[in-house]
Amino acid sequence: MTDTDIRTSVTARLVEDLDAGFVALFDGYRTVVFSTALRLCGRWADAEDLTAEAFLRAYRALAGYDAERIAALRIRSWLLTILTNLWRNTLRSAARQPLPAPLESAPDPVDPRESAEQAAERHETGHELAVMLGELPEDQRLAVVLRHVADLPIAEIAIVLGSPPGTVKSHISRGLGRLRQLHERGAS
Amino acid sequence: MTGSDHDSLAGGLAALAVDAPAGLLDRVVARWVRVDAPIGAVYVASTDHGVAYLRTGTGEEEFVGAFRRRFGRPLLPADRPPAGLIPALRTGRRADLRLDLRGLSSFESDVLHAAMTIPRGEMRPYSWVAREIGRPRAVRAVGTALGNNPVPLLIPCHRVIRADGAIGQYVFGARAKETLLRAEDVNLEEVGDLAARNVHFVASDTTGVVCLPTCRDARRITTAHRRDFAVMSRAVAAGYRPCEHCRPAALS
Repeated sequence: MTDTDIRTSVTARLVEDLDAGFVALFDGYRTVVFSTALRLCGRWADAEDLTAEAFLRAYRALAGYDAERIAALRIRSWLLTILTNLWRNTLRSAARQPLPAPLESAPDPVDPRESAEQAAERHETGHELAVMLGELPEDQRLAVVLRHVADLPIAEIAIVLGSPPGTVKSHISRGLGRLRQLHERGAS
Repeated sequence: MTGSDHDSLAGGLAALAVDAPAGLLDRVVARWVRVDAPIGAVYVASTDHGVAYLRTGTGEEEFVGAFRRRFGRPLLPADRPPAGLIPALRTGRRADLRLDLRGLSSFESDVLHAAMTIPRGEMRPYSWVAREIGRPRAVRAVGTALGNNPVPLLIPCHRVIRADGAIGQYVFGARAKETLLRAEDVNLEEVGDLAARNVHFVASDTTGVVCLPTCRDARRITTAHRRDFAVMSRAVAAGYRPCEHCRPAALS
């Protein structure tokens, strides 16, 4: 299903029954929201907290919207905007408190369901990249994660970040450049 | 940069997408069940933190609406009652049952935690709760907080009554409160009678301990050895020690 298909069916169900519709909303978008959360904050437990909080806030907002407003919602970018703002807020409040450990030495985000082989394979391919994402400046990390992990088009990222498309493209290209640099430094 | 470099980096990033854990939905939504309780059917809503809301059965829609307004959280039907709920409603023991009291103010939470310590079959005045939580002048606010109890029966706010022996108000009405107290074998007539005679503390001249009248220790005092007091200061002046179970000192 394309995002438009998902959006159409989720919207219809939300208008019909908010709570049952919320389950459809969650099922339709949980993977993109959780993936984004995980690659922004880097830790599995934090990503679960962030995702749950984002969906709860979405529900509370929806409870105050009429059918017309729900029908007009661009749900995916709206959800990711809520998530992004929450993540930025957690960064602000974390900055006021000393971090338990620098992000580079943060433990590998572990999916409790995966097998040992899966973990080993992911460790070789994905782990390095996931850690390197954590070294990107905030704007670049957001733009790269939304473009390449969440697979959003530039126009939609521009909406989520509230920046012009040109700025988004520049964040992505600088972010990718920095990742390549980090990779080469790690390889040498 | 070459095209293949870009592709492998983009591919690596795309592979960082993961499925959300299935249980994550229950971090957000609450679930409801309808079960039998000593005062008839009740609706009970629970989150991943525990039981959050209990109300008597007027209808599913009304319960769901009231829950949403109070908690701002989606509410879906549950397959089965949360662990420990049925025994807690039947026996009054909450051993295995978790409660979700996150939506409460610290004052409300203190009041409810004090009410939780009142054993089955015993009663305490509103002023006792106020003293217990270190807010002796907040008696009226204690009544309001108990009336706002999200989980009556599970937190036994029905065991808090008026100092004059009247049973006072209850979230489900005074009649339900009386039914619950009688089901716990409280002798409401005796309590009313003592209060009418201005007896609020009873002491044993064999143990030298002074109790609130419904304390399990007070109920063991034989008539010949019982000394009645209107105020704690008199009992203390007469050499009696406050009971450690019912803590009547909280009313001195």
